[in-house]
Amino acid sequence: MGETVINKNNLPVETVKRSLKVNIRQFSMIIALLAIWFIFQILTRGVFISARNLSNLFLQSAAVGIAASGVVLVMVAGHIDLSIGSVVGFTGAVAAVCLVNYNMSVGTALIITLIVGLIIGIWHGFWIAYRGVPAFIVTLASMLMFRGAIIGITGSKSISPNNAAFKAIGQGYLPKLNEALNFHDATALLGIVFIIAYIILELKTRKKRQKYGFKVLSNSLFLAKLIGMSIVIAAVFSIMVLYRGIPYAVLLLIAVVIIFTIISTKTAFGRYVYAIGGNREAARLSGIDIKKTNMTIFVLMGLLSTIAGIVYTSRLNAAIVAAGQNFEMDCIAAAIIGGTSTLGGEGTIPGAIIGALVMASLDNGMSLMNLGSFEQYLVKGLVLLVAVWFDIATRKKAA
Amino acid sequence: MSEYILEMNNITKEFPGVKALSNVNFKVKKGEIHALVGENGAGKSTLMKVLSGIYPAGTYDGEIVFKGQVQRMSGIKDSERIGIAIIYQELALVKQMSIAENIFLGNEIIKKGFIDYDETYKRTAEILKEVHLDLNPATKVLNLGVGQQQLVEIAKAISKNADLLILDEPSAALTERETENLLEILRTLKAKGVTCIYISHKLNEIFEISDTITVLRDGKTVGTIPTSEMNEDKLIAMMVGREMSERFPRKEHTPKEVVLEVKNWTVHNPEIPEKEIIKNVSFEVRKGEILGIAGLMGAGRTELVMSLFGAYGTGVKGEIYLNGKKLNIKKPKDAIKAGIAYVSEDRKKYGLVLGQDIKTNTSLASLDRLVNNGIVNDNEIVRQTNKYVEDLNIKTPSIEQKANNLSGGNQQKVVLSKWLMTEPKVLILDEPTRGIDVGAKYEIYNIMNDLVDQGVCIIMISSELPEVLGMSDRILIMHEGEINGEIDYKEATQEKVMYYATGGK
Repeated sequence: MGETVINKNNLPVETVKRSLKVNIRQFSMIIALLAIWFIFQILTRGVFISARNLSNLFLQSAAVGIAASGVVLVMVAGHIDLSIGSVVGFTGAVAAVCLVNYNMSVGTALIITLIVGLIIGIWHGFWIAYRGVPAFIVTLASMLMFRGAIIGITGSKSISPNNAAFKAIGQGYLPKLNEALNFHDATALLGIVFIIAYIILELKTRKKRQKYGFKVLSNSLFLAKLIGMSIVIAAVFSIMVLYRGIPYAVLLLIAVVIIFTIISTKTAFGRYVYAIGGNREAARLSGIDIKKTNMTIFVLMGLLSTIAGIVYTSRLNAAIVAAGQNFEMDCIAAAIIGGTSTLGGEGTIPGAIIGALVMASLDNGMSLMNLGSFEQYLVKGLVLLVAVWFDIATRKKAA
Repeated sequence: MSEYILEMNNITKEFPGVKALSNVNFKVKKGEIHALVGENGAGKSTLMKVLSGIYPAGTYDGEIVFKGQVQRMSGIKDSERIGIAIIYQELALVKQMSIAENIFLGNEIIKKGFIDYDETYKRTAEILKEVHLDLNPATKVLNLGVGQQQLVEIAKAISKNADLLILDEPSAALTERETENLLEILRTLKAKGVTCIYISHKLNEIFEISDTITVLRDGKTVGTIPTSEMNEDKLIAMMVGREMSERFPRKEHTPKEVVLEVKNWTVHNPEIPEKEIIKNVSFEVRKGEILGIAGLMGAGRTELVMSLFGAYGTGVKGEIYLNGKKLNIKKPKDAIKAGIAYVSEDRKKYGLVLGQDIKTNTSLASLDRLVNNGIVNDNEIVRQTNKYVEDLNIKTPSIEQKANNLSGGNQQKVVLSKWLMTEPKVLILDEPTRGIDVGAKYEIYNIMNDLVDQGVCIIMISSELPEVLGMSDRILIMHEGEINGEIDYKEATQEKVMYYATGGK
């Protein structure tokens, strides 16, 4: 008789099962997204899943995705931000006014716009964190005030910057290195860089864990994980390689997602945000400065709204009074569909990006099918409702 | 008809795993003020919840006879209908509504489908006179002090023409003058024939007001005796008279130098800023000792330690010295940095983020020290958490388990791990074994002994007298915000502690 005891937890199948169970929410969202794509692929007779359309889809979700990354932090801490749409419109108008009315260079205009966004964030943070006014009220007030401010600085006129560099932020693509090639070499190169960076990071993490004497995935499973993730990255990039390359806005989105995922999961500040949303009193007694944390959240949210505003205005190539209306609802819906709890304490940034892609896919697919606003609003509303219900139902089952 | 207005016969009430009441007999004569006394957790509140229908008929065994009839109540509405009114420790008033609206809440005076405010205000004014409250009936409750709110509660009970009034710790939040006023009102009510059950920890009040005393202990009736035949010593002996068993790993500690010194500590209640909740308290704790703080509910024990930790109170005055160095603690972070840790009395409310896993919870108070270049060192968190899981014997499949899914004892150990990770010099434990089973309790006692051996000094608040006597090296006893006595464990008895806790000098 062999004396070896088989620890079930170490079997590859069990490891995969466990990881699936822990990340069930994320996986079910990805599956839902792919299902939506598949359905549209059939309904649009093959137009939906094409390099051209998917590239556009990513570009369409960039602005919402950037702001939704901030909404995750705001909602995880138990707040809400209703002012995003107005702030997006206002900061976009600031950029346009700087460029057109004051003839500033793009660099100066962007710096001024970002400073304005920073001040808006501090304004929100001051009232919410240090004056104790609920975020709902503070941002509802800002929603009205900044809508008015847009009218104030644009004089109710549409302002078109028509500046090539500014337009590129929302509409432009990374240039090709070799124009003769029939695919986008620069994007392909960037994709390879991403894959290599990912592999190096994974190897480093694994080494560190081994140094601490922790169990790590078996070699074969680790290799499978590396290959699997590399294929996913390659697939996303190849969509853009086959069309016009990677848009600047999508690059910006990727940067925001990486930075904010690190902030939310790897910094003390990020942990504080989740702790405050999960149990405010326990967080307070653990020595967490709740006011400072809330202030930081809204400063970051102000900056992200501003970046989204720049992308949005550049894509439209115009600052108009109605810019960004209902934009906050798209961001909040994206975060919620992506698993952010309306009660705080839970939510991830990659989830919100998937949520943003779901919303953009519905818009895009239904437009391709020539459905009107009536059907689009109806379906988007229902999807939000069903997604949250599905979440509540599966949670109850699990508990 | 018998002379008893209320007879509760052989009442037994069980909660999962605990027998809160076993065969309790409780009889109240018509028109008397009957005091119900006992230690924390003796079953007084449970008995009153059975009586008022909060625990409906069928969830307990035994019978309730009220005014000569067996009553089977299925809710508080039923008990009110037959003339029983209960006034809780926690006030049950809607603060945003007026006094009149509160008094007639659920019993609104209706005329033609609308509330008749003229009549409501008129009747309210009459009732307020009875409780010596000279206030406009339209005043909102949130503008009243706690004492006045208590009187509004009593007015509400009177408005229902209750024959039996139950007061659960009515004077806990009252000043001396307010308490006197309350007792005066009770005497007036008694003269009108209202019967009253008075629950209190304050023995002087009990001797002043009551006609009869019933003592409960560990969910059983110890006895019912006329107040005239009772004295304080006899009452205390009845309250605590249980045998001490070998439930505590007593270990001889040798206290060394003073670590924490508190001088002239005064704290005001943040909700009633004029009320001093801690009055000029001074004490010290030595390296390698367990200092027990005993006292009855409302004595200010939690408020004292939470204010030392920077988490409670306004108008805090006084000085704290740690190893001879004066501390300036404004918020919990200052206390943690100085080396003070506080395990709260309610782990679910104040200790854990229940939706997060073990390792996230254990690291929450030490993240500052676990950061390299701004990035949290997760590997270090996992290593340390694993160590505590092993040292404290936390039973869990993995440190990725959510705190929600752990038993009470294991949750308490996770909270302990969180604070041990901050490497405290002074560890404050507030009710460290509340609501956990005997085995886990014993483990926590052993952990406390180990920590003391490692040179940590421990301040332990406990409402369980056996725990205080069994674990402390020295016991401070608090009464009404003051330290009313200090006893070495070798001289301590339950009677002595109870004597000081009830205000004996």
